[in-house]
Amino acid sequence: MPDDRSRSQNIPSARVRAKDDVVAEEMVRANIGWMLALAERLLRDRGLAQDAVQEAFLAAFRGLDRFEGRSSLKTWLHRITVNAALSTLRRLKRLAEQPMDELLPEFDRYECRIEAPWSYLSPLESILENEELRGLVGASIDALPDTYRIVLQLRDIEGYDTEEVATLLGITEGNVKVRLHRARGALKKLLEPILRGEVRG
Amino acid sequence: MTDKQNTGMWRRFKGLMLKNMHRMLTCREFEEFVLDYLDGTLGQRQRSMFELHMRICRECRDYLAAYRRAMAVSQRVLSASDEPVPDDVPEDLIKAILESRKQ
Repeated sequence: MPDDRSRSQNIPSARVRAKDDVVAEEMVRANIGWMLALAERLLRDRGLAQDAVQEAFLAAFRGLDRFEGRSSLKTWLHRITVNAALSTLRRLKRLAEQPMDELLPEFDRYECRIEAPWSYLSPLESILENEELRGLVGASIDALPDTYRIVLQLRDIEGYDTEEVATLLGITEGNVKVRLHRARGALKKLLEPILRGEVRG
Repeated sequence: MTDKQNTGMWRRFKGLMLKNMHRMLTCREFEEFVLDYLDGTLGQRQRSMFELHMRICRECRDYLAAYRRAMAVSQRVLSASDEPVPDDVPEDLIKAILESRKQ
């Protein structure tokens, strides 16, 4: 679950319920920045992200009566934004099962892993401080099929647990775990040239 | 004997050993446990088998190290782009959202 990072954005529900234009604008202005960033991370497209955030706010305005303040407003809006982004992906048929065979780990006929030796593993900081490498990492994440990428993002980056990701996507927890593990393995393969220090940016 | 034959024989030996010896995991079985190992949800017996395999198998040890580094890199790169500067928020989008609320 995303943490309640900013309690200052936690507008008291009584005020929110008083469908007041000023409060609505305040809510939009206080939250639209991080909601756009979240939607763009999930959709990898600015235009789609803006549409999804608009949908999310409409859903939030409609659902305000049901928001009982049991979570922070931010946690509640976070989930609504994720749902809006997921429904965009569904509408674009980007959440169908997609093959990723060439990015899966390899084993020989004795069930032994095939893995070239790693004599060097690039330190985290040396990748993060290089803008070009960060761009390449982002492009590698984009290269994952959406059905895997989205599970990796929801669990490893947005902070939802396995059960919550299963509910958001309408799949089993087992399926979430399989997809997450494959996504991480595929990303490891895609990032190999960077992690081995063969690409220095 | 060439290096290649030597490697092939070693892999065959290793495969048979891991498959048949008590409390050993094959690399494929190791693969199935990676996620639960990192989540800390393996039972004690499974965890010790997992860790034993890592000590024996250079390939899986290397693989897991690179897998974890790839995870850390992608987490940090994606979460770094979290908060955009306020100028990034288009004013016309805010207007459109507030307009559509009234309809």
